[in-house]
Formats: sequence, structure tokens, C-alpha cells
Amino acid sequence: MLAFNWDIVFTQFFSQGFGTQAVVFALAAIGLNIHFGYTGLLNFGQVGFMAAGAYGVGMAVFWLNISFWLGLLLGVGYCLALALILGLPTLRLRADYLGITTIAASESIRLFVRWRGNRERTGAAEGINDFADAFYDPNVFNRIGSRPYRFLFFEYRADDLWVMLIGWGVVGLCLLATWQLMRSPWGRVLKAIREDEDAARALGKNAYSYKLQALAIGGVIGGFAGMLQAIDKQSVQPDTFNPVITFMIWTVLIVGGPARIWSPVFGAIIFWAVISGMEAFMRELLGTGLDDTLEKFLNLSVQNVSQVKFMVFGLALMLLMRYRPQGIFGSREEMALDDR
Amino acid sequence: MTDDAMTTAESVPSSTDEPHNPIAGTLDDLAREPGVSKPDPILIASGVKRSFGGLVAVDVDRVEVQRGAITALIGPNGAGKTTFFNLLTGFDSPDTGHVELNGRSIDGVPSHKLAAQGMVRTFQLTKALSKMTVLQNMMLGAKNQVGENLLRALISPLWRKQEATIEAEARSLLERFKLSHMTDEFAGTLSGGQRKLVEMARALMTDPELVMLDEPMAGVNPALTQSLLGHVKQLRADGRTVIFVEHDMDVVQDISDWVVVMAEGRIIAEGPPASIAENQQVVDAYLGTHHDGELDFGDLGSSTDDESEAQ
Repeated sequence: MLAFNWDIVFTQFFSQGFGTQAVVFALAAIGLNIHFGYTGLLNFGQVGFMAAGAYGVGMAVFWLNISFWLGLLLGVGYCLALALILGLPTLRLRADYLGITTIAASESIRLFVRWRGNRERTGAAEGINDFADAFYDPNVFNRIGSRPYRFLFFEYRADDLWVMLIGWGVVGLCLLATWQLMRSPWGRVLKAIREDEDAARALGKNAYSYKLQALAIGGVIGGFAGMLQAIDKQSVQPDTFNPVITFMIWTVLIVGGPARIWSPVFGAIIFWAVISGMEAFMRELLGTGLDDTLEKFLNLSVQNVSQVKFMVFGLALMLLMRYRPQGIFGSREEMALDDR
Repeated sequence: MTDDAMTTAESVPSSTDEPHNPIAGTLDDLAREPGVSKPDPILIASGVKRSFGGLVAVDVDRVEVQRGAITALIGPNGAGKTTFFNLLTGFDSPDTGHVELNGRSIDGVPSHKLAAQGMVRTFQLTKALSKMTVLQNMMLGAKNQVGENLLRALISPLWRKQEATIEAEARSLLERFKLSHMTDEFAGTLSGGQRKLVEMARALMTDPELVMLDEPMAGVNPALTQSLLGHVKQLRADGRTVIFVEHDMDVVQDISDWVVVMAEGRIIAEGPPASIAENQQVVDAYLGTHHDGELDFGDLGSSTDDESEAQ
């Protein structure tokens, strides 16, 4: 019988918990928190904003042959355009119309960029690769060496560290901006619209305009997430922007609890730490010679570990909804007000 | 009224005093007919019509609302009162017709712009913003807030001073409405009556000329009704105009200067409250055409009584 290696499990748990995927999801969830948590907008297409940001950068280099840094601006422009396209026709209607439109739009974007006719512009199904060298040029971690860095249970490559440094920095700035906006009178209007749009209108607030602003800001932050994802992988692929990503972002937000500043960050850390730690744990377990038993009784094998981890997380989410519906940071008292 | 009993001729002003009625008597000489011209109208609606499919919900030829008065809009269920209210406040647009506020047309003006023109409304189903504190509810109401602009919101020094002024104003209004002890509670934890008070106080934060109250007393216990009535009278004493929708005839008798009666979408009668009970058309509208004799206000049903029995 082979030994169970806890070191690998913990390394996965801690490294992935703070790694590049956690940053990407934290950013996307900060945007969604502005939409849903503070304004009450049902956005089921946050991945569409991620795609807009990612393709902004990729297409700038690949198609327009302009610099990577200008690509960041193009990505922001795409996100603003998407917010207008989604918001202008739907935000005067009931909240669910935006939900339907966003999920459809995010799929339309994915199918549009992967269309063969767009090969010159988006690279179609092959996507765009190796466009972010400019980002890695100033990487301060490269000078030290090429081996992965290891500290306690944290293990990263030099490129990961660079993405994480910039990424968590952007997360910090976005949190600061969110915090400032939500304590301002502007944020007060957003919360009023979330509670009751008609009341806000009766008091002279242009609810439509505020919802559009919130959609745009949250969308641009979602775009940052997409840009970071693209930079991290040095690749933009249409099929990475599928609706499952949107629902993982929702999971991150709900685990933390909507309308709390820190929820997206802790939600993302917990999500990726648990998912990755669990996968490593199951793989280790299968490696100890128990694989026949596990396959016989639980149908667990090396082939389906990556599906099972999401099933277990789904179960955990159901239990959270049952016993702590407000999420980790939410307040039960506030949640109870919904029922009155 | 217990308030009247406690008021003596030479008493010093106190909270139990009946608020002064600055326009008392000005409407006495007007004709008691639908569409009659008022000496100084703040709001004029003419030819306002709204239908939903085949149903004509509102069909008002003309109605004028006297500035500074408390005007009651009454009528049986389904008379179109709330629909008419929505048309006046920009929450719905009429198929045809015109509405003027202070002599200026407000046709097609969206609801959120009317607050800037001095009109504010409340809702039949109270819209307290549950997950905001009472103080936040109040502060939301203030007009022309610098920090409500996205870019200026990012820079606190631009709005901090105004915020302090608004907060002081909100606290003093809460004091007046005897809600100070609830200042930092979530509005969702308040009782139904307290929510009505918060909604009215919040509307006052916009410093309105014209206050439109949709069933302000619905679902409020009798003790709080008196307090609400006092606040409505105080609005008139402050020089504001009040229009309110109400079912409770006792309330209408007590506080209104003028009553407009709607039935089946039309205005069927207008006049001072005392004249309304004798109006045959009103009797017919409320009780059906085969009913003989004068209308006893008790017949019209007092929601206050219903409430107290229910409790």
C-alpha cells in the first residue's frame, strides 16, 4: 500500500486558494456583487463581460496589431458597449428580462467569436495565443530563477506570481472603489433601487440611469477578470467562456454572501481552495491502493474525480443554503427582512 | 376628536393643538359640481383617459386642485382612484389628456423628474426600503445631492458636508414624527403604521409643494391614525398642498377641505366634505341606484373600525 501524501493535498489547497484562478473569480464576483448584491440586477451572463474583456486584449494584438496595453482599453470599451446593448432595452422592464437577456447574450458572444467567418479577427475556434508577452516583460520574479517558488504550502511559478501580484492589486483597488461608492449617496440610491425601484423613482431618482451605471461598472470589473484570465493562460479560447463559469461566479458570491464588500474575495478563495484540495485528496486516496474499493462502492475513479469534486461542492452549497442562507458574511437579520 | 377637546382658546401652541388651516373658508362659495374651477389651482387635469383593453379605467373631463388645501379623492373599490393617481404622478401615461402642475404641462414627464418640480407621492402598499435603516430611508429623499453623481461619489470631501446637513434635517423630521428611537433600525423591522410614517416623513425630505398620499391610513391602528391625521394637517399648515386617496369616510370628514368622488373612472361629484354625503349620485355610486335616503357615513364602512375588530 502506498502512502497518502498530505503535503500534495495541502499544497493544492493553499496554492490554488490564492492562485490566479481565485483572483479571476474574485474580480468577476466583485462585478457581480455590484450588479446583484447592491443593485438587485439579475445578471446571468457575467462570463460575457469576461469574454468582452479578454477578446478586447486579444483582438487588439492579433487583429488590430496595436499594443497589448491599448488592448486593455479596448477590452474596457467592449465591456461598456456590452453593458449598453444589454441594459438599454431591458432595464426599463422587470428584473427577470435582464436575466434572460444576459444568459442569451453571453452564449451569443461565445458562438460569434468562434464562428469561422471571424477567423481573421478572433481566431475562431483556435482562439488567440501568445499575445501577452508585453505583460510578462516587467516581471520582477523572473530575475531570481526559473524553478517554482515554494513557501510553506504555497508553490507558484514566476509567471503566476506576477499575475497574482497585479491581479490581487487590481482586486484591492476594485474593493476600495466599491466600498467608497457604496457608502456614498450614489450607493444609497442603488440600494434603494434594489429594495424598491418605484419608491426611488417617486423620490426623484432616475432608476434607469443608475441601473445602467451599475451594469457598466460591474461589467467592466468582470472584463478585468477576463483580461487577467487571458493573460494568465496567454490564450483566449471561445469555449473557456461557457455559462458554467457564470454559475461558478454566482457560487463564489453566494458562499461569501451578497452585498458584503469582502464576500467575493473570500468566496473565491474558499471555492478554489476547497475544489482543488478536494481533488488532490481524492486522487491521493485513489493512489493508496483503495481504487478498486472506491470504484466498486462509490464509482469514484481517476477518470471522474474532476466531476465528483463539483458534485460534492454542489452538495455543500445546498447545505449552506439550508443552514446559512445569508452566506458567510451576510447577516441573518437582514435576510429575514425579505420574508416580511 | 380628542384633539379638539384639549384645545382651549388661549392655550399656548403645543403638539396637541390643531394645526392652523390657512385656507379655511376659501372654497365655500364654489359650485358643487364636477370640474369646477378653483381660485388658485396647483394641479389641473383635463380630458385624462386611460383604458386597459376594453375597460375604461379612468375618464376624467376636468379636475382642478386648490393650492394649499387638503383634497380627498374617494370612491368605491375599482373606481379608478389609484390609476388616476398613477397618471398624475407619471407612473402611468394617459391615452389622451393633459396634466398641468403650477401652470406647466407635465405630460410625458417621467415620474423621477416630478420630484424636482415639487410633486412627491406615497404608495398604497407602503414602500419602506426594508434593508436600509430608517435614517438611510430618510436621507435618500433629499433632492440635489452632489454625491449621487457617480464620479463625485468617489470623492468624499465633495459631499460630506451636504451629507451632514441632510442627516441633521432627517433627524429633525424623525423627531417630529416621533420616530427618533427607530433611527438606526432597519425599516423592514417597523410596524405597518410606523412604515406609513417613515414613508410620509421621507416624502417630506424632498421639500414638496404637492404631496400625494395613496391611502395613507390603510392598515393603521386607530391610535396611530390620529397621529397621521395630525401630520397631514401640519402639511397644510406648512403651506403644502395635499391630495389623498381614502376609503375611510370619518377621516375624509375630519381633515379634507374639498372632496372629489370617483366612480367607474369618472368624477361624479365635488364639494366640501359636508355636502358629499347628501349627494344622490354619491349615494348611488356607493350603495347602488335602488337605495333610498341620505347616506350615513357609517354605511360607507370605516376601515378603522374593521381594523380594530380584526386586531
